[in-house]
Amino acid sequence: MSLLYNTAILLGKELRTEFRSRELLTTTAVFILIVLVLFSFAINPGTEEAREFAPGLLWLAILFASSLMFQSCFLREQTNDTLSSLRLAVSDPFAIFLAKLIANTLFLLLTELLMLPFFAIFYNIPLWSKLPVLILVLFVGSLGISIAGTAISAISAQARMRELLLPLLLLPLLTPVLVVSSLVTASLLDREPFVQWKGIGFLAVFDLIFLTALWLFGEYLLEE
Amino acid sequence: MTALRIPPTGLRFENIDKRYGGLFALRRVSFEIAPGECVVLAGRNGSGKTTLLRIAAQIVKPTAGELSFPGPGSPPAASGRPGYVAHATMVYDELTAEENLLLFAKLQDVENPAARAEELLREVGLMERRDSLVRTFSRGMRQRIAIARALIHRPSVLLFDEPATGLDPPGITWLANSLRELNRAGCTVLMSLHGESEMSALATRAVQLDAGSVVADTKFGASLHSILTFGCA
Amino acid sequence: MGKRIILGAVAILLVIAAAYASFYVAPEERTMGVLQRIFYFHVGSAWAGMDAFLLCFIANLLYVWKRGQKYDWLGVSAAEVGLVLTTVVLITGPIWAKPAWGIYWTWDARLTSTFVLWLLYVSYLLLRTLIEEPERRALLSALFGIFAFIDVPLVFFSIRWWRTQHPAPVIMGGPGSGLDPTMKKVFLFNVLAMHMFAAFLIVERYMLEKMRSEVDILKREAEAQ
Repeated sequence: MSLLYNTAILLGKELRTEFRSRELLTTTAVFILIVLVLFSFAINPGTEEAREFAPGLLWLAILFASSLMFQSCFLREQTNDTLSSLRLAVSDPFAIFLAKLIANTLFLLLTELLMLPFFAIFYNIPLWSKLPVLILVLFVGSLGISIAGTAISAISAQARMRELLLPLLLLPLLTPVLVVSSLVTASLLDREPFVQWKGIGFLAVFDLIFLTALWLFGEYLLEE
Repeated sequence: MTALRIPPTGLRFENIDKRYGGLFALRRVSFEIAPGECVVLAGRNGSGKTTLLRIAAQIVKPTAGELSFPGPGSPPAASGRPGYVAHATMVYDELTAEENLLLFAKLQDVENPAARAEELLREVGLMERRDSLVRTFSRGMRQRIAIARALIHRPSVLLFDEPATGLDPPGITWLANSLRELNRAGCTVLMSLHGESEMSALATRAVQLDAGSVVADTKFGASLHSILTFGCA
Repeated sequence: MGKRIILGAVAILLVIAAAYASFYVAPEERTMGVLQRIFYFHVGSAWAGMDAFLLCFIANLLYVWKRGQKYDWLGVSAAEVGLVLTTVVLITGPIWAKPAWGIYWTWDARLTSTFVLWLLYVSYLLLRTLIEEPERRALLSALFGIFAFIDVPLVFFSIRWWRTQHPAPVIMGGPGSGLDPTMKKVFLFNVLAMHMFAAFLIVERYMLEKMRSEVDILKREAEAQ
């Protein structure tokens, strides 16, 4: 299918560009780290309460980091107007979005995995036993963040004050992801851990709904 | 340049309107370019030339009117999509020349993309810099990679928006020669230019826009020279 | 013009009548007393607000599909009126909560979701101020409006689930609390009145936007000369 083939090619381009410079990955990872450290100063780290807040803080850090990470998503297509050449070359514009959101999800997930050891150490939370499900939650949540983030990035790139506008538009939209991901992560990292499959299911539904919306309306986001 | 293997295609604008918030960038623009013709689009800055070219490239949708590509080659397949060169290079600075061409070749289902990319690199004279990032290129080299990108899928229609901007005299000569060959091979060319030059010498016809409307067309008696030198003493 | 005046008069009369009914017709509630009466206004505004946002969503879809300017005018009018009504909900909620629970904000599920809704539509309006060109502004805000509206049920559902995990005081009774028949009538009357009032405001705002848009076009044409 031409859509999947084009997506694969564009995904290759996104990954190659990023792994050549790694600037997005490193800055995002460092940002999450800084936020986690700053959160520790704001609350009393090492205590039981800190442990309770920790899952929420992790997702907050991820959300803030993502609103920085997605800035460049469509802005970098403006520098040499490569968005026009992509639109000319690609038969289904959804391929452009699909490639970007897959790349963004991968980058986000990668930085989260890099930060997990620090998170475990700062908040004294053992992660090993629940790692597989934790990664699943991180994946489903990050996917939702990326889908919405990629769409909003396309919008904010065409407006003024885009650096401030992107989080303004994105964060309220992602409230459901923050709420549910924090809850599920919290139960997972609890003293008596359990998996809230209902929550993971909800996140999957969120992802599906926004992916469908992006599929239906994506081409209009790129219109000139 | 390699000979085209697809039948030549023309370009037809029918009552094209483009409005931006009540202002008309283009107003009832209608003219037709025959397959294989080389036409200059002239006019002051802001007369709508860039908008019309972007509509022809199908990057911008007209508010009203129709664009079509009449000729034995239509309806256009991937190779029927015009090749478009504008002020921006529309290639990625962070990729090499070869990677850029491969990307666009694969996206447009070009046969044997690697060979085609290499062919084009050779033709535009960038073979030695094939593995250099486009970021390191000079203005002239950027223009050449932009042209290579536009030609990668063997288009039968070429749209050039002031292609000589920023090129030094040797660069302009090279561009004029390349266009001459492409036109001879059957490419239909529509290019916006200022004044008379090596580039405009290729044209057999000129259309002049002013404030979004067609005000002169050599097809209907206007002189090529006067259109090309409008505004000059 | 005449129809607008009639709509306005009817709407205002209905609101006054509804207020009267809330205070004098509805029986006094056992536990809360007079303060409970704000419930009619609060929920009436909430429903009218949601319907205004629904109208905005429909206008957004129509704009993306048909690109008529009038859909853009309708969208922004409905969003602004919805936002006003939602602000009323967010203010009357705490007014009720303070005497009832001793605190202004209890993170009640519905009120919290309403707050997120409020933020979404504030962002929608802010986005509009940051795009100069009218057609681009209309299209991009319509698209954001669509994303925002499909997010609304997800917001409500997720926050409700959140509150089941961490229970908190509920504003104005949970789903279980019943309404006495007279109360129900007064309640529905308030809902009707608030909807009429919203309709009146939307029409007026629409006409204002239409005029502004026409003036803007004239200004641009003049500048271009």
